Amino acid sequence: MTSADFQTLLPEILLAGYAMAALMVAVYTTKDKLAPMLVWATAGLFVALALYIGGTGEGERTVFNGLFTDDPFARFAKVTILLSAAAVLVMSQDYMTRRDLLRFEYPLLVTLSVVGMMVMVSSADLITLYMGLELQSLALYVIASIRRDSAKSSEAGLKYFVLGALSSGLLLYGASLVYGYAGTTQFAGILSTVQDGVPLGLLFGLVFMLAGLAFKVSAAPFHMWTPDVYEGSPTPVTAFFATAPKVAAMALIARLVQDAFGGIPGQWGQVLAALAVASMFLGAVAAIGQRDIKRLMAYSSIAHMGYALIGLCVGTAYGVQATMIYMAIYVTMNVGTFAFILSMERDGRPVSDIAGLNQFAKKEPLKALAMLVLLFSLAGVPPMVGFFGKFYVLKAAVDAGWVWLAVAGAVASVIGAFYYLRLVYFMYFGAEQEPVDSRMAPVQWGMLVAVAAIMLLGIVNLFGIEAPAALAAEALVR
Amino acid sequence: MENQLLSIITFLPLVAALILALFMRGDDAAARQGAKWLALFTTSATFVISLFILFRFDPSNTGFQFVEERQWILGLTYKMGVDGISILFVMLTTFLMPITIYSCWGVETRVKEYMIAFLVLETLMLGVFCALDLVLFYLFFEAGLIPMFLIIGIWGGKDRIYAAFKFFLYTFLGSVLMLVAMIAMYLDAGTTDIVKLLAHDFGHETFSVLGFQVVGGLQTMLFLAFFASFAVKMPMWPVHTWLPDAHVQAPTAGSVVLAAILLKMGGYGFLRFSLPMFPVGSDVMAPLVLWMSAIAIVYTSLVALAQTDMKKLIAYSSVAHMGYVTMGIFAANQQGVDGAIFQMLSHGFISGALFLCVGVIYDRMHTREIDAYGGLVNRMPAYALVFMFFTMANVGLPGTSGFVGEFLTLMGIFQVNTWVAAVATSGVILSAAYALWLYRRVVFGDLIKEALKSITDMDRREKAIFAPLIAMTLILGVYPSLVTDIIGPSVAALVTDYHAALPADGAELAMH
Repeated sequence: MTSADFQTLLPEILLAGYAMAALMVAVYTTKDKLAPMLVWATAGLFVALALYIGGTGEGERTVFNGLFTDDPFARFAKVTILLSAAAVLVMSQDYMTRRDLLRFEYPLLVTLSVVGMMVMVSSADLITLYMGLELQSLALYVIASIRRDSAKSSEAGLKYFVLGALSSGLLLYGASLVYGYAGTTQFAGILSTVQDGVPLGLLFGLVFMLAGLAFKVSAAPFHMWTPDVYEGSPTPVTAFFATAPKVAAMALIARLVQDAFGGIPGQWGQVLAALAVASMFLGAVAAIGQRDIKRLMAYSSIAHMGYALIGLCVGTAYGVQATMIYMAIYVTMNVGTFAFILSMERDGRPVSDIAGLNQFAKKEPLKALAMLVLLFSLAGVPPMVGFFGKFYVLKAAVDAGWVWLAVAGAVASVIGAFYYLRLVYFMYFGAEQEPVDSRMAPVQWGMLVAVAAIMLLGIVNLFGIEAPAALAAEALVR
Repeated sequence: MENQLLSIITFLPLVAALILALFMRGDDAAARQGAKWLALFTTSATFVISLFILFRFDPSNTGFQFVEERQWILGLTYKMGVDGISILFVMLTTFLMPITIYSCWGVETRVKEYMIAFLVLETLMLGVFCALDLVLFYLFFEAGLIPMFLIIGIWGGKDRIYAAFKFFLYTFLGSVLMLVAMIAMYLDAGTTDIVKLLAHDFGHETFSVLGFQVVGGLQTMLFLAFFASFAVKMPMWPVHTWLPDAHVQAPTAGSVVLAAILLKMGGYGFLRFSLPMFPVGSDVMAPLVLWMSAIAIVYTSLVALAQTDMKKLIAYSSVAHMGYVTMGIFAANQQGVDGAIFQMLSHGFISGALFLCVGVIYDRMHTREIDAYGGLVNRMPAYALVFMFFTMANVGLPGTSGFVGEFLTLMGIFQVNTWVAAVATSGVILSAAYALWLYRRVVFGDLIKEALKSITDMDRREKAIFAPLIAMTLILGVYPSLVTDIIGPSVAALVTDYHAALPADGAELAMH
């Protein structure tokens, strides 16, 4: 181990060290009084690290004897994860403080899970992969049940834990099979093994691993936990679940299938395509009947994961680029949407019933307009940026000859448009009744309006994320 | 400067909408009036600039003029331009928008938002007719759904929610299939530039999908995907059912824009994409399209006869008239295509005016039921005259623009398929039947309804709205060369290229 090894790992070490030190300081001093400050400090650290990683990182390095890799792909994913986690943290502070939920552990657990995510996207070995994944998941299980006095929150945490443990078990079983047949845990070694024929056991291992990871991105048919956990967790936690972990898990799938199984795209392409189609349609159809906006967003994210998987299953560099752009757009839209959902309340109590949005546009025209833009963007209607995300993945699919998949995606997007329109319908033409209050902290308001503006202005050049995404994809797909 | 003129007229309304959204505060009478005046001023200015474009336009040049091109994301280009086919649709839009805005002077709910919706809609409609990049076209085409969805949903009638959703989802489904086809076209041709695509030769070798022989190959598949979008937009029988609902529920101004301009996007799409880019596919599918048009003309005319709601009746009449358009386009000869474009322009004036006519009495009585009226001529002579004029134009009376469009399309189709021509011609009689019967029930007879006894005739504003429409209908009716001189060369080039692109055994192909 050399100093170069540690330098590559510097951001992760820094974050982990910060989390542990801050934990100690807070425990022995003022505890929860420190929490708001910790939230801002953590978010600041995330942004600083994102700038550091995005600004200074270059080239490709594999360190710690091939356990950990740092390439443009990892950096793209890390910057997305860090920025979205920072955004979710700062906009949840007001909500949690007012409801006396803000424990000092919250920002620190988020930090630890972000460390896990960063390890995940950089992993070059099955062991690293599993370590990162578990660090992330364990922190998330705790956050899901952070509202200790609420049965729903505890239920969400428990459900998430049990199903998460099951998926980890599947993944681990798959990993052990892969190791057994490939004789190595390193991605590079597995890649060279599969190039001279694929043993059946290895294939089993691959499918088990994909199933385990499908749980993490909540792709159908491994999505069952998502609506319940989204609904039961406190809204800021839901917002976090819907953003950074999804990017990390999606990037991990890309990393695994390309780095370890890049030689046999025919074997995993169909699995991912099946997941994609199932997710898109299930997400679109099941969301129609939802009355709770958090459950609705759960199905929405399931559907979105389906689209992101389209980019991966085609197996081309362009597909990976499309997926990364899609994920970046997806988290941005979700940050904005959740900034709004966080503000929905009645008599100071949070509400998530969508009927409460009736005639919201009359009361708060600007917020309603921002939400209108976001919802059309989520539905993938041009000229919002969400359309370009879908356009990218569909183009990647047609490009690689998966025309039927593109058509399926197009049809699912029409079904999906219905429930987003339904929210617009409630806000703009719903029945006459007193709409919910929307008490927004300046940060939330800023996020909502900024994201809506991004959705409209992104049409000019997508804020230049095409080039880094292309670089990331080329680094991954050889 | 001249090359940016199209961008200027396209985005001028959007700028006004932004000014309204960001700087206009309050909802008092002064603010409402201000919003209306700003919208009227902007749309009028747009019209004046577009007139300038029309005067600088050279009809003998069959290529694109006023072309502007810039780099954009995804390797796409921002490219705008007009040719002989699209210039008049631009004019139609800019001409009708001030009239539309002026017609909603009486709206009092959420006026600012109403004006914003129409201004944004104008930007998107002009964008559709000017865009010379596939994705740019799709962007404008699709984004137009949003303001229209809101116009129907917020300011519409009793069942507006159902109508708004039906409108949105129907057209959205058609469009996304077109999007997939566009991606396939990009991969085949390596560009999304419409000018280059027009010159590209898409494959037409027969291949089989799931055991079915696809005659015309890729072109037929692409044709069908585009057809899914344009046929819904047009709308053609049997995917027209969203239109009557949307029309009935939309506010008057919304109906005017929908009938007069939005429907034309479908016809424009056929002329810009289907016919020139997929000639073999069009040729294979033409018989089907022609018969669908003929059925549309007869069937929807019969349906119109049975309507009790005035707007619904006119909506079905629109579907029938659009049948002449698709018939003319797929006759694929000079008269047919000329006639189709002419019919679209003329229908823009006439159907817009008819919806405004309904709006006039709806504003007074708040019902569109035909049975609620009768004998209006006794109290509203000026209205009776205007309504009579547009009823006659709708029937296709010689001397009005409606006649020229129908005559040219029928002449075009007669050279291609006499049976379709024969069936379609019977539609002319049917249209006279439903239009005159409507007129008789609403305007003639004794004034016996109690509620109608105090109804007032049109005021000066309402007369001012109809004046330019009457003028255009008459001018185009007696001097159609005004239009055909402009579109003629471009249409001639289109038709020549189309027939040149067909393989020698094209007739045989069509038989399979």
